[in-house]
Amino acid sequence: MVKQEQELDNRPDNTAFTQQRLPAWQPMLSAGIVIPGFVLIGLAFIGIGVALFVTSRSIQVLEIDYTGVAQDSPCYRCSDPDTKNCVCTMDFSIDTLFKGPVFFYYGLTNYFQNYRRYGASKDASQLSGDLEYFKNPSSDCSPYQYDNDKPIVPCGSIANSMFNDTFKLYQIVNGARKQVPLDGKGIAWWTDYNVKYRNPSVTPLRNAFNGTVKPVFWSRPAYELDPTDPANNGFINQDFLVWMRRAALPNFRKLYRRITEGDYAEGLPAGNYSLEIAYNYPVLSFDGEKKVVFSNVSWMGGKNEFLGIAYLVIGSLCIVMSIVMLIVYAKFKFPEED
Amino acid sequence: MTWRSPLALMRDALRGQRARDKELRNLVSNLPYEGLDKAKQPNRHFPSNAIKTTKYTLLLFIPMNLFEQFHRLANIYFVGLAILNFIPVVNAFQPEVALIPICVILSLTAMKDAWEDFRRYQSDRKLNNTPCLIYSRKEKQFMERRWKDVRVGDFVKVVCNEIVPADLLLLHTSDPNSVCHIETANLDGETNLKQRTVVSGFLNSAFEPESFTGVVVCEKPNNNLNHFKCYVEKPDKERAGAGIESLLLRGCTVRNTDHAVGFVVYAGHETKSMLNNNGSRYKRSKLERKLNIDVIFCVILLFAMCLVGALGHFLWLQALPGIPPYLVPDSSGHLDGPSLSSFYTFFTMIILLQILIPISLYVSVELVKIGQIFFITNDTDLFDEETDSRMQCKALNITEDLGQIEYIFSDKTGTLTENKMVFRRCSIMGTEYPHKENDKKLLQQISRAESSSGSRKTDPYLDFFLALAICNTVVVSMATAQRRRVSVLLWMGSGDGGHSQERKDGGKICPIKISSILNRTFSDSSVVEEDHFQPSVKKERNGGSYALQTCSLHAASESNKPVATSDNLRYEAESPDEAALVYAAKAYGFILLARTPDSVTVRLPSGEDLVFKVLDTLAFDSNRKRMSVLVQHPITKEYVLYTKGADYAIMELLVHLDYIYCGKQKNTAADTQHHLDCYAKEGLRTLCVTKKVVSAKVYESWLVDRQRALAAIDNREELIMDTAVQLETNLSLLGATGIEDRLQENVPDTIMALREAGIQVWVLTGDKPETAVNIGYACRLLEEEDLVINMTVGFQITCTSILDCTLEEVRRYGEDPRNVDTRPDISLVIDGRTLTMALSPDLQERFVDLAKRCRSVLCCRVTPLQKSRVVKVIREKLKVMTLAVGDGANDVNMIQAADIGIGISGQEGMQAVMASDFAISRFRHLKKLLLVHGHWCYTRLANMIIYFFYKNVAYVNLLFWYQFFCGFSGTAMIDYWLMIFFNLFFTSAPPVMFGIMDKDVSAELLLGVPELYRTGQGAGAYTFSTFWVSILDAFYQSLVCFFIPYLAYQDSDIDIFTFGTPLNTVSLFTILLHLSIEIKAWTVVHWVIMLGSVALYFVVTLAYSAICVTCNPPSNPYWILQSQMADPMFYLVCLISTVVALLPRYHQNSIAPSPIVQARHLDRLDPSEREQWIKEWRSFRGGGQVKRSRLSTPPSPSLGTPADLFPESPTTAEIIGDDFTLNVISENYQRPVHT
Repeated sequence: MVKQEQELDNRPDNTAFTQQRLPAWQPMLSAGIVIPGFVLIGLAFIGIGVALFVTSRSIQVLEIDYTGVAQDSPCYRCSDPDTKNCVCTMDFSIDTLFKGPVFFYYGLTNYFQNYRRYGASKDASQLSGDLEYFKNPSSDCSPYQYDNDKPIVPCGSIANSMFNDTFKLYQIVNGARKQVPLDGKGIAWWTDYNVKYRNPSVTPLRNAFNGTVKPVFWSRPAYELDPTDPANNGFINQDFLVWMRRAALPNFRKLYRRITEGDYAEGLPAGNYSLEIAYNYPVLSFDGEKKVVFSNVSWMGGKNEFLGIAYLVIGSLCIVMSIVMLIVYAKFKFPEED
Repeated sequence: MTWRSPLALMRDALRGQRARDKELRNLVSNLPYEGLDKAKQPNRHFPSNAIKTTKYTLLLFIPMNLFEQFHRLANIYFVGLAILNFIPVVNAFQPEVALIPICVILSLTAMKDAWEDFRRYQSDRKLNNTPCLIYSRKEKQFMERRWKDVRVGDFVKVVCNEIVPADLLLLHTSDPNSVCHIETANLDGETNLKQRTVVSGFLNSAFEPESFTGVVVCEKPNNNLNHFKCYVEKPDKERAGAGIESLLLRGCTVRNTDHAVGFVVYAGHETKSMLNNNGSRYKRSKLERKLNIDVIFCVILLFAMCLVGALGHFLWLQALPGIPPYLVPDSSGHLDGPSLSSFYTFFTMIILLQILIPISLYVSVELVKIGQIFFITNDTDLFDEETDSRMQCKALNITEDLGQIEYIFSDKTGTLTENKMVFRRCSIMGTEYPHKENDKKLLQQISRAESSSGSRKTDPYLDFFLALAICNTVVVSMATAQRRRVSVLLWMGSGDGGHSQERKDGGKICPIKISSILNRTFSDSSVVEEDHFQPSVKKERNGGSYALQTCSLHAASESNKPVATSDNLRYEAESPDEAALVYAAKAYGFILLARTPDSVTVRLPSGEDLVFKVLDTLAFDSNRKRMSVLVQHPITKEYVLYTKGADYAIMELLVHLDYIYCGKQKNTAADTQHHLDCYAKEGLRTLCVTKKVVSAKVYESWLVDRQRALAAIDNREELIMDTAVQLETNLSLLGATGIEDRLQENVPDTIMALREAGIQVWVLTGDKPETAVNIGYACRLLEEEDLVINMTVGFQITCTSILDCTLEEVRRYGEDPRNVDTRPDISLVIDGRTLTMALSPDLQERFVDLAKRCRSVLCCRVTPLQKSRVVKVIREKLKVMTLAVGDGANDVNMIQAADIGIGISGQEGMQAVMASDFAISRFRHLKKLLLVHGHWCYTRLANMIIYFFYKNVAYVNLLFWYQFFCGFSGTAMIDYWLMIFFNLFFTSAPPVMFGIMDKDVSAELLLGVPELYRTGQGAGAYTFSTFWVSILDAFYQSLVCFFIPYLAYQDSDIDIFTFGTPLNTVSLFTILLHLSIEIKAWTVVHWVIMLGSVALYFVVTLAYSAICVTCNPPSNPYWILQSQMADPMFYLVCLISTVVALLPRYHQNSIAPSPIVQARHLDRLDPSEREQWIKEWRSFRGGGQVKRSRLSTPPSPSLGTPADLFPESPTTAEIIGDDFTLNVISENYQRPVHT
């Protein structure tokens, strides 16, 4: 009796949510949607593929290996690790105009910048200009933390192993060497140059490095990396920044310079060229190869035909599948139509 | 506190331990020792009444909780990984970062534990500080104290509507009959009143606690709520035995009794209610067991991958010609050799690939189950309006088992039937009287018998109804004081203003004094009133059209006509049969007015009240299957024993050579037996009623034995039963009753649906085979055309041969060419005795084999223990998922034995519900629970788990493939924080939502086409192959997600984390879109969560990339996503990788037609069209009717011919020489019409 007076208070809420009756869309794709859908996707992919492929084809790339393993290579002499301050020259010729702006890369193979302990071997605080860490670099840098009890700046394995070959490019015009101006500005990430890496606010910069030593493998301290441009020294040296951004894969290229100025703003004209290489970086210890790469870039970056082909293949696959489905459904009738 | 030597303290502690462990405890009153220090207290060894259910203390919370948590293997795995990370040579990430997952999980769990513990602490404190009344010698009265102050040996007074603070031996009550009514709702949920009586030695004496000098000897505390053994030894060595009927249990509420005084025998944690309080049970579901196996596979996979990594590292180092600049030596400039280095790499790889072991899966599964339970309990279709009760889920972690059930074991009474008993027919002295139509005839008989006063002593008609009214344990009441007051007002009208005042302010707490006055007033007035109203009743009766048409118990109990006194009496019976009998007796004018421990008052149709002195009650037990009441007739002063019980238990005990009735008795017995058989065939529950006059001499000699038995401590139950058996002999039969128990609504429909769903339904009942078979037909467990095998044998040997030959027949039946395309519709009916033999170890196999071939099995006359044995045997032998459903205490064993126990909260108390995993209120709810919720829960969870494995493998493999390009050094190209976020935020909500809300087929279709349930049975959707297919798919997808970006960015100047960003993004899209393919029905919630996850990924990653300049050192996430999102290549790479990764999955899902897919097609049609489809489908697939009709002739002659009466089939029975039949039940068999 008492129960009935109370309005059944245990009754569950009769809402669409609690009763699992929310309106639902059931994506049962019928042949009428799937086949045209596949055709459309296929066509779109083929379109993208064609665009990518054509663009990739239009990109010019010139690779010159200068490791010097082969005896007939001009750099064979320099590949001996015992040779110091070796300079070698590679000659090459371009048949047609190499459209600008031309990007000048150096490339390494079999170089594992992504090796885990190598990647950790740096001190981010030191590199952001914190003087505290000039005196006491992070233990992450070990064993490139101290050299004879003096702190190494910049410490760590990455900085220590910085790529130190330098290049000069000459065009042979009527037998004479005409230097091609190389633009070293803005080759690093804007955020690295402006935010992440900072020199200590001490002028002159070399004073900040008092009591520290340069990395073991380096020939010059950090504040003298670029003798030509005082602003391009310390941790915000463009080459240093490019090196510090570790490559994802063992075969990589890194931007060295851009060719954007003077007579070469339109690109490298056809002709003979000579590349003068200050050969310093040893690669035999890891079976590596060194090369320089000239490439112009498009909206899709460097030359890569894979993506265009992949789009074309998948696009055609979609078309083929839609045809197969059409045949199958036509033969066995659509199950919905029974 | 005086100083005591440590030695003495230790001795005392030892003695205390011994005192607690002793089988018998001697307890004395604390009063003589009041005020003495603790060492002198006699009961100091026993725990106090203060309870502490908290697990932790404030100071030790952290260590204890950690200790608790590290019992979980998963946590140890986490800690191991964290420790590995602190070893510099193997760490993969910053050590501090590696601590994050373990810290998050530990602290979340600790917070949950702390909150729960705090709640327990609060409730403990509240309970411990509840006021109660303890007698104090100093004050010479009961003083208000707290529950925690109660100690063993104290005297505690409990007043009306108060909760009993400890287990009390009842020594005194305010009731003149020395009884106390309690409600045990807090303990077992039963709301009917139970009567407890004062210990026999203390009846009717003015009780003074201080004068209590006896020693209470009681057994060691145990958790049995229904047994208690104890005696009180008075100084004169006289022993007064007491049992559970004198014990007030902690947690009970005192009702209808002013106050009661008891002696504390057990306090605090030793009380029966606390001993029973052992938390919720943990069951492990079938899916979870499979899941654990697959986790082990994952571990193996992880080790294999780590080995590959270590081996790769070794080979890579070996192949190096010199020491390259990127190899970092240790601080002393030394480089590890390749073998040592690759050994370290193995551990680094474990750290790197750790999420391959889906630890978060366990947390997600818990969450999913909570969500599933939410939806199950909130289903309005599983809500019962009548009792205002929802479906309850007691076991929180076996929801998915509901979708895999293959065998259902059901109780009959109260489960298939209402358990609302209606008195239908009776047979008195061999004459049959239907209760409804011919009641006049019976009334005439009664009045004739009454009028001839000479025959009053012996008239069987009067005796029959007296027996119905007396021979029971029905409590007459009143129930609560509140209810009583209402009836008072009804009677008194507005004449008594004072009482109506009381009624208005009468809340739950009744003021002691007022209620006592009221009680008294009522008991006075009620007598007056009843006298006053009796004539009117009589008048009506003579008119011939009186309240007799209310022949059903409901009508009688619910009709609230204030004209008849009797209508305001409430009968509170523990068994509904008893209540039905008492109401039936009342309908014929024999009104049970009052029952006290030693008297019963019955009003005869003549209006005369007879007060029988109750000498003893021989309570019902399942061995004797009967109960008796020994009374002294107030007029003849004869000692009369009225016994009622199951027919087979009674018929053996009847007087053999009857000199009084001269053979008439024999006829009576035969006629009654015939009527009983007819009743049983109609599906009525039968009871026999007998009478026996006991001579004074016999009684006195018996009484001695009886008292000895009652005071016994050892084997008390057996001794008491023996004395009962001793008296219950040479009974003379008065008659029999047939009580109808209606089928619950929709039972046939539910059983049909369950069977179509491929579930075998067994009915296990304590009833007679005839009754059970009848119900079987009524609820469509058996069909008319079925071949019914009836097994009732007496000996093991016959049982063996019968099993063999039946099995042979059944096999042949199945192979018979005429039956090739039909399902063998064979049903087995087996009785308890045969079942015991069939379940014996050497016959078990054969029985199970036979049972497997039967479509349905009916086990009759089985005991609770047999029920659970049947369940266990089937479950273990056939390796199937079992479900047991029942409503009574006799089903508890079965419910606990099955994989899933379902309790029906019905008429028989709450024991079944307390023991169950799920509690429903009607049998028909089983249909939706299994077919819809079971199917959903199972498919949802199975798909979710598979998805989870897939997700982890697909993601982790990206890292693994990268190892081939980083010298197997353990580098991650994705920022570690983003990796944690990826699992924690970006991809965690969608699978959980998927597990809670996905709907592959609509509820309507699942109910309409029960065959769909079969997809979950047996191996179901989650099999070995599905697991490996998804793992392979994960490998494929990770290959695509890694190598397409790899090939696209090959030979470029891309840096590590810029390379990782498209990988992470592709992986997110692939993983989420993979889920989108799996999701079958998209609701708003799905869209919000899926799109929200993607949005969250971009928002969080962008924010992180914008904020984190030098945080998390080795990685370099600053401005990476931003720069990537400005690059069209990023989108092109993401697009093609996602499409290529998902193409196979899409195709796998869109082909492969299965019933589920067909059903999903149907689901898209509009409702009316779908109805049509379901009908067509069913007629096409089920074809039950068609097939069965072909089965017109029995396949072999030895399978018997249609027999008239079910149990007796002479042909086969004679052949085998035992009561065994194997026959096809034909139309001749009379089916009752159940409405």
